[in-house]
Amino acid sequence: MDFPILSSLILLPTIGAFFIFFVKSSNKTYQASKYIALFIAIANFIISLYLWYEFDNSTSEFQFTENRVWIKNFINYKVGVDGISILFILLTTFVSTICIITVNYTVSTRLKDFLIAILLMESLMIGVFCSLDLVIFYLFFEGGLIPMFLIIGIWGGKRRVYSAFKFFLYTLLGSVLMLIAIISIYWFSGTTDIEKLYSIGIEAKYQNLLWLAFFSSFAVKTPMWPVHTWLPDAHVEAPTAGSVLLAAILLKMAGYGFIRFSLGLFPLASDYFVPLIYFLSLVAIIYTSLVALMQEDIKKLIAYSSVAHMGFVTLGIFTMTQQGLEGSIFQMISHGLISAALFLCVGIIYERTHTRLINQYGGLVSIMPKYAVLFMIFTLGALGLPGTTGFIGEFLILLGIFKKNIIVATIASIGVVLGAAYMLWMYKRIIFGKIVNENLKELMDVKKVELFLLCCLAFPVIFFGFYPEPLINTIEVSIQNLLDIYNFNLASYQAKTLYD
Amino acid sequence: MEYAILFLPLLASIISGFFGKIIGDRFSELITSLLVSISAILSIIIFYQVLANGYENNLIVTTWLNSGSLNVNWSIKIDTLSSVMLLVVTFISALVHIYSIGYMSNDPHKPRFMAYLSLFTFSMLTLVTSDNFLQLFFGWEGVGLCSYFLIGFWYKKDSANSAAIKAFLVNRVGDFGFALGIFLIFYLFGNINYTEVFNQIPIIKEQEISILGIKFNAINLICTLLFIGAMGKSAQILLHTWLPDAMEGPTPVSALIHAATMVTAGVFLVVRCSPIFEYSEFALSLVTVVGMITAIFAASVALVQNDIKKIIAYSTCSQLGYMFFAAGVGAYNVAMFHLFTHAFFKALLFLGSGSVIHAFKDEQDITKMGGVWKKLPYTYAFMVIGTLALTGFPFLSGYYSKDAIIEFAYLRGNAAGYWAATIGVFTALLTSIYSWRLIFKTFHGNYNNKNLEITNIHESSPVILIPLFILSIGAISSGFIFKDLFIGYEKTYIFWRDSILFLEPLSKDHPPNWFIFLTPALVLLSIPLSYYLFLKNIKITEELVNMNKPIYNFLKNKWYFDELYEFTLINPAKKIGLFFWKKIDLAFIDRFGPDGISNLIKNFSFKAVKFQSGFIYQYAFVMLIGFSLFLTLLIIN
Repeated sequence: MDFPILSSLILLPTIGAFFIFFVKSSNKTYQASKYIALFIAIANFIISLYLWYEFDNSTSEFQFTENRVWIKNFINYKVGVDGISILFILLTTFVSTICIITVNYTVSTRLKDFLIAILLMESLMIGVFCSLDLVIFYLFFEGGLIPMFLIIGIWGGKRRVYSAFKFFLYTLLGSVLMLIAIISIYWFSGTTDIEKLYSIGIEAKYQNLLWLAFFSSFAVKTPMWPVHTWLPDAHVEAPTAGSVLLAAILLKMAGYGFIRFSLGLFPLASDYFVPLIYFLSLVAIIYTSLVALMQEDIKKLIAYSSVAHMGFVTLGIFTMTQQGLEGSIFQMISHGLISAALFLCVGIIYERTHTRLINQYGGLVSIMPKYAVLFMIFTLGALGLPGTTGFIGEFLILLGIFKKNIIVATIASIGVVLGAAYMLWMYKRIIFGKIVNENLKELMDVKKVELFLLCCLAFPVIFFGFYPEPLINTIEVSIQNLLDIYNFNLASYQAKTLYD
Repeated sequence: MEYAILFLPLLASIISGFFGKIIGDRFSELITSLLVSISAILSIIIFYQVLANGYENNLIVTTWLNSGSLNVNWSIKIDTLSSVMLLVVTFISALVHIYSIGYMSNDPHKPRFMAYLSLFTFSMLTLVTSDNFLQLFFGWEGVGLCSYFLIGFWYKKDSANSAAIKAFLVNRVGDFGFALGIFLIFYLFGNINYTEVFNQIPIIKEQEISILGIKFNAINLICTLLFIGAMGKSAQILLHTWLPDAMEGPTPVSALIHAATMVTAGVFLVVRCSPIFEYSEFALSLVTVVGMITAIFAASVALVQNDIKKIIAYSTCSQLGYMFFAAGVGAYNVAMFHLFTHAFFKALLFLGSGSVIHAFKDEQDITKMGGVWKKLPYTYAFMVIGTLALTGFPFLSGYYSKDAIIEFAYLRGNAAGYWAATIGVFTALLTSIYSWRLIFKTFHGNYNNKNLEITNIHESSPVILIPLFILSIGAISSGFIFKDLFIGYEKTYIFWRDSILFLEPLSKDHPPNWFIFLTPALVLLSIPLSYYLFLKNIKITEELVNMNKPIYNFLKNKWYFDELYEFTLINPAKKIGLFFWKKIDLAFIDRFGPDGISNLIKNFSFKAVKFQSGFIYQYAFVMLIGFSLFLTLLIIN
């Protein structure tokens, strides 16, 4: 047992939050809090990079595992990472750092509390991605709701309370069912340790019900159609950093959950429910793309596009093919970066003009040329242009799904055309054309810190678009192993029913 | 050397795009032109090596994507086909770069413009030097993106922005087919590298794929899907609507992207995939038919347009149709030959029209020109050379390539071939008429421009005329010089080697003599005819138009394709989007979902409050009812 690197990743932000809590609040500018938060976030990001560096991608075993007894014979605090989860941890620490910088220079009311919320959130998110015990997972998973609820509720826009409650109501409803499922798994199997559960498996007759219970929680968080309506509202009301966290990390917990639990624990049920997932994903892709086309609010448009992109992710996961699954994880990472950047972009102009309505803009390119370039990069990423990460994800997913079902692949590909339509149309209306709105003439181009943040996000989007090897290598073996187990389970069950 | 050819334009683009402000307009113009010119010279060397020594190479730059059995590299593949394309792309691009220095001299965003041009060149080069379908797709979308940027270059013009988006989206529709084609290839072969795929094609000749219970031949399906992609990029009928609108971009862009290089990518794709298309009789017929219809459709529309650039755009569309039906009848080498010669004379025509537009201070309507041939002697001469080459005037480049297409179509010997040949001849006549109409209306007759005095019309500067001069040499001689190499009976196979697969050897026969002389005769005849119609006796033309108003309007409005799409696709999509949002998301899901539940709970708790009224007799009454229900249950059990 070496140095508990995962626990320190989880704990460090919490400790930071604790410190900030006790820093003297008489200081109006919150200098100390800002520096502590920034330092902690960067330190955590560096640790997670080190984790990635040390990570052995030739094995599918869980690595850096820690196992401590929490409640004897009941719950163990068990954490570890494999190829599936490590990239999400990196994404979390990276995006959290970005968020903290954003908050530092934009938020002025109750900044201290905001920083605490983000740091706590970071702890919980990392916890979600490395917990190897169902109960621990549930605690982290649901815990993440609370800081987000507060961020929307306190620093949000006019309808913040409505949005916060809608967000809470939706996500809680799903979670309750998941909790019941976890309890019943404990009664059936006598353990909530994920590794053990993988090896003993879950009896076939319970799988469908349990799968549905988990599904109800993940579907809300993804979000899948028709439980997606909380997302546009939450995004619209959330402050910029809140939107970034929500889009970049919170949504990814569900995709991760689908891979880790739905596929891992309930292979038979996953197989059984494939048509349902395909149907809902396709609706999400086509339906929300069309809805996005007609949006007048930039944030809502991007929120709807998130639903469409996550539709690709769920589609890819349930192809149960190497390309589909790798594509899904890639797409989640890519969407994490791109949507984070897009929300930052919206935040930048919102802060200057205090409007998010598309028709209030136009002609920004002549006033904010640098902004126009950066915004273009992320627009192109979002519409899946080759050379950006968005393309690799979508391409692999569609490649995977084509193997399984040609019709589904064809319909999903229409979404790619629509994606280009709504993104470019939005871009055109905001950036190009003549300046109609006189107020815009005074706008200044991106500040240095904004430029820095957007470049930080643009770099991986382009780099991994041209050279995705480092990411794909990391996940390759774990995905292969997951698929082997999945196929083995399916085959042995079929053999057993034949024998019976 | 291959690296230099490919990456010098990229370097140019980066320098000019990111450091344009620092290094200044003039320097960024010079550096981009210089680097692309070097790339062009190197391409000529490569072409010579391929020609003389049979040089072939497949460089792997680095891996791109590895996932399961999918294995894709960034590569530079040099064979005859790609070396021809390299030559065309870099050569025309270098000339257009130089021309732009003059043409864009009054524009405030020169470095950005040059950066886009160079970036386009780079994307186009990655497209042609790919050794797999994914990199091809990368270049494919990359050139589409640059085209999007350049069409919308004058971003303050709303029409330019709309045209840019239209171009991107229509191309995306084509790419949708293309991508599905790639997925299908991966599905069948587990691989998307040319060599592996092409080697396995004969094995799966008979394989069928069942979709919704209908069985399709796998190869037919692949070819059809890939061809949809080609149709989008090469503006073939149904997916052609973006090309005329793309003329909103600056004229050098039209010359480079929308005439000489990008739009020919579709033809390149079909030729590159000749090892697949050769096995699909169905797809080849489809290619022929689509090419044929586009050729005649676009020519018919070009007859009545008044915008000088739109006429040439439709002409491009029509010539691309020729290339496709050459490929469709199995004469891939002839298609490439026409692509090659077309690049010269069409770029010449566009750049020449740019010079005219420049002289008229951004006027594009040919009815507002006329009578200026003495004022613009060089431009006039170059435009006439371009027109002669395009119409297939004997011994100029178009004569060799276009007539060869018509002859090969005839020699194919099947129904599609004869049809293609007939339509080919007829379209050649139309081409000639509309081209001469353009020349006569622009340069001859009376001066018709009210906004500008004729004395203010001046010939363009040398930096514009020199590229025109070089291109006109190409337009005159490229057919004559390269005829034997590209389409000669013996040399063809030696020259193209493995880059094109001919399942059936090309026919060695000659069509009958009357057929060979038919096209040139019509072309020659059309000159006096157009002179008579459009210059000498305009009344006849006007009467003709008045007599056939419906047909005229039909042509004038481009067969109403835009209106049809607006009505059947764009408006419904918007309406459905609005319906989903307002009616389903807000009025249904939200109303009965979260809002419904919270209302329900609120109402319920209001009701529950009423129960606690505080009157004992009410409590007693409820208790009594409860008790009696309980008793009843007990008794029943």
